[in-house]
Amino acid sequence: MASARLVLADGAVFEGRAAGAPGHAEGEVVFNTSMTGYQEMLTDPSYAGQLLTLTYPLIGNYGVDGAVEESAAMQPRGLIVREIAPFASHPRASGSLGAFLAERGVVAIEGVDTRAVTRRIRRQGVMPGAITTAPAGEALERLRAMPAYDGVDWAARVSTARPREWPDGPAEPAFRVALIDGGVKRNIMRSLAARGCAVSVLPVDASADDALALRPDGVVWSPGPGDPRVRTAQVEEARRLIGTVPLFGICLGHQVIARALGADTFKLPFGHRGGNHPVRDERTGAVVVTAQNHGYAVDPEGLAASAEVSHVNLNDGTVEGIIMRDEPVMAIQYHAEASPGPLDSMGMFDRFVNLMRGERAP
Amino acid sequence: MTKPESVLIIGSGAIVIGQAAEFDYAGTQACKAVREEGVRSILVNSNPATIMTDLDVADAVYIEPLTADVLERVIARERPDGLLPTLGGQTGLNLAVELANAGVLDRYGVRLLGTPLESIRQAEDRELFNGLLASLGEPVLESESCETLAACEAAAAAIGLPVVVRPAYTLGGTGGGIARTAEELRAIAAGGLAASPISQVLIERYLGGWKEIEYEVMRDGAGTCVTICNMENLDPMGVHTGDSIVVAPSQTLTDKDYQMLRSAALRIIDALGIEGGCNIQFSLAPRPDVRAWEGDPRDPLPYYVIEVNPRVSRSSALASKATGYPIARVAAKIACGRALAEIPNAVTQRTTAAFEPALDYCVVKIPRWPFDKFALGDRQLGTQMKATGEVMAIDRTFEGALAKAVRSLEFGRRTLLWEDPAWREAGAIDLSATDTRLWALMAALRRDRATAAIATETGIDPWFLERLARIVAMERRLLSEPLDGELLLAAKRMGFSDEMVGRLADRLPEHVRDLRRQLGVRAVYKMVDTCAAEFDAVTPYFYSTWEQENEAEPQAGNPAVVLGSGPIRIGQGIEFDYASVHAARALREAGRRAILVNSNPETVSTDFDTSDRLYFEPLDEEAIRAILDNEAGEDGVAPPSIVQFGGQTAVNLAEPLRRAGRAIIGSDTEAIDTAEDRGLFERFLQELGIPQPPGGAVRTLEEAMKTAQAIGYPVLVRPSYVLGGRAMEIVQNPREMVGFLAQAAEAAEGRPILIDKYLEGREVEVDAICDGERVLIPGIMEHIERAGVHSGDSMAIYPPIHLDAEARALIAEYTERIALGLGAVGLTNIQYVVLPPETGGPRVCVLEVNPRASRTVPFLSKVTGVPMVRLAVRAMCGQSLAEQGHEGGLWPERDLVAVKAPVFSMSKLPAVDTYLGPEMKSTGEVMGIDRTYGAALAKALRAAGLALAPATPVLLSLSDQTKTEALPLVRGLHEAGCPLYATEGTGAMLEALGIPATTVTKVLSGERPNVVDVIRDGTVRGVLNTPEGRLTGSLRDGFHIRRAAAEQRIPCYTSLDTARAAIEAMRGTVTPAVARLDEYVNGAVP
Repeated sequence: MASARLVLADGAVFEGRAAGAPGHAEGEVVFNTSMTGYQEMLTDPSYAGQLLTLTYPLIGNYGVDGAVEESAAMQPRGLIVREIAPFASHPRASGSLGAFLAERGVVAIEGVDTRAVTRRIRRQGVMPGAITTAPAGEALERLRAMPAYDGVDWAARVSTARPREWPDGPAEPAFRVALIDGGVKRNIMRSLAARGCAVSVLPVDASADDALALRPDGVVWSPGPGDPRVRTAQVEEARRLIGTVPLFGICLGHQVIARALGADTFKLPFGHRGGNHPVRDERTGAVVVTAQNHGYAVDPEGLAASAEVSHVNLNDGTVEGIIMRDEPVMAIQYHAEASPGPLDSMGMFDRFVNLMRGERAP
Repeated sequence: MTKPESVLIIGSGAIVIGQAAEFDYAGTQACKAVREEGVRSILVNSNPATIMTDLDVADAVYIEPLTADVLERVIARERPDGLLPTLGGQTGLNLAVELANAGVLDRYGVRLLGTPLESIRQAEDRELFNGLLASLGEPVLESESCETLAACEAAAAAIGLPVVVRPAYTLGGTGGGIARTAEELRAIAAGGLAASPISQVLIERYLGGWKEIEYEVMRDGAGTCVTICNMENLDPMGVHTGDSIVVAPSQTLTDKDYQMLRSAALRIIDALGIEGGCNIQFSLAPRPDVRAWEGDPRDPLPYYVIEVNPRVSRSSALASKATGYPIARVAAKIACGRALAEIPNAVTQRTTAAFEPALDYCVVKIPRWPFDKFALGDRQLGTQMKATGEVMAIDRTFEGALAKAVRSLEFGRRTLLWEDPAWREAGAIDLSATDTRLWALMAALRRDRATAAIATETGIDPWFLERLARIVAMERRLLSEPLDGELLLAAKRMGFSDEMVGRLADRLPEHVRDLRRQLGVRAVYKMVDTCAAEFDAVTPYFYSTWEQENEAEPQAGNPAVVLGSGPIRIGQGIEFDYASVHAARALREAGRRAILVNSNPETVSTDFDTSDRLYFEPLDEEAIRAILDNEAGEDGVAPPSIVQFGGQTAVNLAEPLRRAGRAIIGSDTEAIDTAEDRGLFERFLQELGIPQPPGGAVRTLEEAMKTAQAIGYPVLVRPSYVLGGRAMEIVQNPREMVGFLAQAAEAAEGRPILIDKYLEGREVEVDAICDGERVLIPGIMEHIERAGVHSGDSMAIYPPIHLDAEARALIAEYTERIALGLGAVGLTNIQYVVLPPETGGPRVCVLEVNPRASRTVPFLSKVTGVPMVRLAVRAMCGQSLAEQGHEGGLWPERDLVAVKAPVFSMSKLPAVDTYLGPEMKSTGEVMGIDRTYGAALAKALRAAGLALAPATPVLLSLSDQTKTEALPLVRGLHEAGCPLYATEGTGAMLEALGIPATTVTKVLSGERPNVVDVIRDGTVRGVLNTPEGRLTGSLRDGFHIRRAAAEQRIPCYTSLDTARAAIEAMRGTVTPAVARLDEYVNGAVP
């Protein structure tokens, strides 16, 4: 394989070998510390516009399997790993990761000291970078012309283009859910369907009226990529849903709802991406391990008096969930749908179902 | 739960197979953690070689036999309000259950802390456990609990052979196995019923070839559950996990598989109500092309819950070292009432214990088996663990971690390139599960066997086999391609040592090293930080790899490197870890930075807070030199190394380090050479005028015959520079010499073989500290068994109550002169043989000098109160004994008696002969300490499982040459009311003397009951068997007797000296005391 390098905007260069699809890839360089679930991550729309570094060094061991994909597309622009397994072994493997990346057009680099990359990002914060076979100086030059990640409307790029029904719904649905797709993962639909919900997926720019026109029992605001500050219209629409219909926000959805409730959001220095983040339920004191993937967080300052912070991250104290005291509104920053990650928070979907059943508040 | 004020912690006793140093690590962490919580800690353990029994670890330390009655007396004295039962292995857990069942805990108001007793019962009792699994909807493997042989047979018929036999409440799978035929079933089930303290075995469906996956999980009293680590066994189901090669994290599980098993594990511990750590073993369906199973691979893979250990374990120690998460410490805090979220993460110091470690490396563990010592043992691996220890290695590739782990085994310098000479001719290489399977797999791949075929044959997942095939492909590249920078880096990343590269590319290791330096291919060090670099961490815990960034920058503060002792093996046990830990601590106290290198995940030495910096690396020349290079400051000066605390492993590195121009502090290589080179040593002693048994060093059979002839038979033959008396033997005549020399020559690895006159006297051992000017002798220890039994297998007494003043004075004088004459700085161990005055010859002869810390250092430190390692390290750092307040000479004797007794693991090693000889066989030790010899002896025997209960029926089978000497012992047994049984010859002697005895035949094919029957059916509960010479062939006679005794776990004395002590103790009338160690040492026993 040809030699390649990862060039970061601050000038740091990490040598490796080209893998996956040939070419040059640019994006915001982030890292995820999960030890399993690379294919789920590669198809998670929240990685749109990013170069994904996996901290676990042996990637591709169990090959690929279409059944675990979280969306139809490959989402990150590039993959940065220590090693792509030349051989895959699993009863369900349909091929190797290397071939899969090449087929699906994902530029990748292997042989990289990914721990050094991670340490750099942890210290300097996330920054633009490029996977390239070109000389480092040239790549750095091109990086300067790259539009800032925060300014791009990423959710619009990954959202469904037109309303659609989740095809694998229950035969006799007990609930109808309208889901606003800012970059949803399939396991959210699967988890809702498993609880008797028929799910209508709406584009990210759907209005409150569009959602309510479906006469849903509840609305889910999905996860997705990008800065919630660019979603001013959606924040407005979300505000109109509050109090009208049971509302459940996840990740980007949580941020949108928080903004609708008066809170602010800000960019974390290097985000939370992994499957080991402890979150405390502020009302019960219970701690669960969660799957996370977000670069922005909620600043609770200014949060409406009718709402409260329901969950907090034990590592850095950031907001992990918000509820309204007297309205059926709940939002979580982490990924109850897991995939990849621990399944400990699947019960959040049950809570949402309870809201749809008529429980007054979460 | 409210916080207790004081807590009793039960240790795990002697090191045996299935229960090794991991419980010293766990117990020590627990004591420290409990103290941090402001809770008084009371510790009981019979093993003096542990850090946890140091006076400064717990608030009250008892070194007493681990029996329910002793524990009750401790409880009555200390009145703890809590008992922490889950830190002392299966031994501690069983004792806690026993105390609870006997009502002792209720009587004294002691509550069980941590995991409730009900949960323990539920986890350990199969029927209760299966019921729980069924209620959770977890898959239950078909099985049945049986208490009789007939029930076992019925169960096996219902389930269908093959089945697994698992005895209840045993450690390391003792007494279990896989039964493939009805005959095997009867044999294994009988053994298993005997091994189980409640005579219960489980007959279970056999899932051969399925994957074995483990999860280490924790739960606090508030119900928060986390997974610390999951691990995948390279060896599929059927091989005990302690005997399996294990990787962490799992490699072949998808996220769906991983989370499915993780969720199951958490559901189970939540339902059990575990409060602390727990290990759960799963069996997961393999690839259908490896082993067929019913079902659709598109569905979630079928799995079974195999076993739950509701306590810390060997696996939890491994998980702690693999992740940096201190499971035992956190478990102890949970037991004190803390929630996970309240316990700080000691590694990051910012986050808490309520999280799951993320690894950004691969960990490989390989067991260390004792078959280098027991070449004739049954090397087949199954459900009963046989390894004495293990090594762990960390790297960013599986191949690198595997190769480093192999280097760490220190198995005759065997690398992955090693092949059994028999494989050269074999048509098909045997790939069954044995200690050499890893190398057999490599050999098969080198002969182009397809990985798919090997996978089907062995059940090993093709992922692992493909990785091994990649290593073979790299071997081929190194054999054929020019060695350029790219190839060299690729080889290093795959774990090829300079030696391996050199062998394949036809260069000397030193040339490969030079080439690497020129090409800039050097090791970097990365940190184990629990979080994959997501947070800034403060742990000084590193491993080597071959990448871009180095995280271990050289440090200021006058560092020194303590070389550890590697895996626990026979001959090099936990005693050397004890010494290494104290050496690191002493350096820190002396204001220097302590750097520690070791490869053993079970130990205290590899705990993150033992040293200022820990390198988890093999203890070989390449690894140590790379560390020293890395630690060299800008001036290029590397810190000095300390080689005298890590056993022979570390001492063997002295010479390579000297050649590389690296400094050693303490006794130099010259002193080591003088002590170990026969010729130099002889001249040295002659110059000092100190006698030694006549003898010489030889290299050929001819020389050996000549030397033996000159000094007269019997002679002691042994290779120089090996540990634990490997290949050592008393040779009676020239015929035996011919037979034995071949073995000795192989073990000697080209170095000379020593032949000494065998002197039958009292063996005595001394440890001394020397600063170059003065010598401090903390104490003299005498052995109960005569010379000829390895010192590590001998019982030792402090003080030497049977030595007269003249002998003691001579020993002190010789010790002083030898230590000073050698120029020893630090510790020196000397073994003497003391001869009775009436022989007219020398009173005291020197047998052996080792200018390093010995096996007896922890024992002697504890009973004398002299901090030997600290004094030695300070002396090595330039502070004289005088400056440390010591004048030197023989330290005043304490008013106590302590007896150290060996402990064996023979029931776990089928086909190994158990008789005591010059080759060491014990795996651990215990100590009996009291005010009188009789009481101390009784305790030591009891703790070691060597005690005879009053009026015990005993089987006698004596060799002709020992019959006369044994007579008083036999009379003693008879007078004490012990019914006697004897084999033919011995029976005839007894009859002639008028001592009643039942004769049983030793002819196994003849009439019944024979000797083996009376042992197996419990007719006799003790055996006295003195073997004929090992080299005459008649040894086989007694072999079945000794094996039957080992399997029945009854005392079997092969040395008359041990038997004499046991009979003496049985007939004694003393009531042993129960007191704290410091009370004995200070003469303050109430």
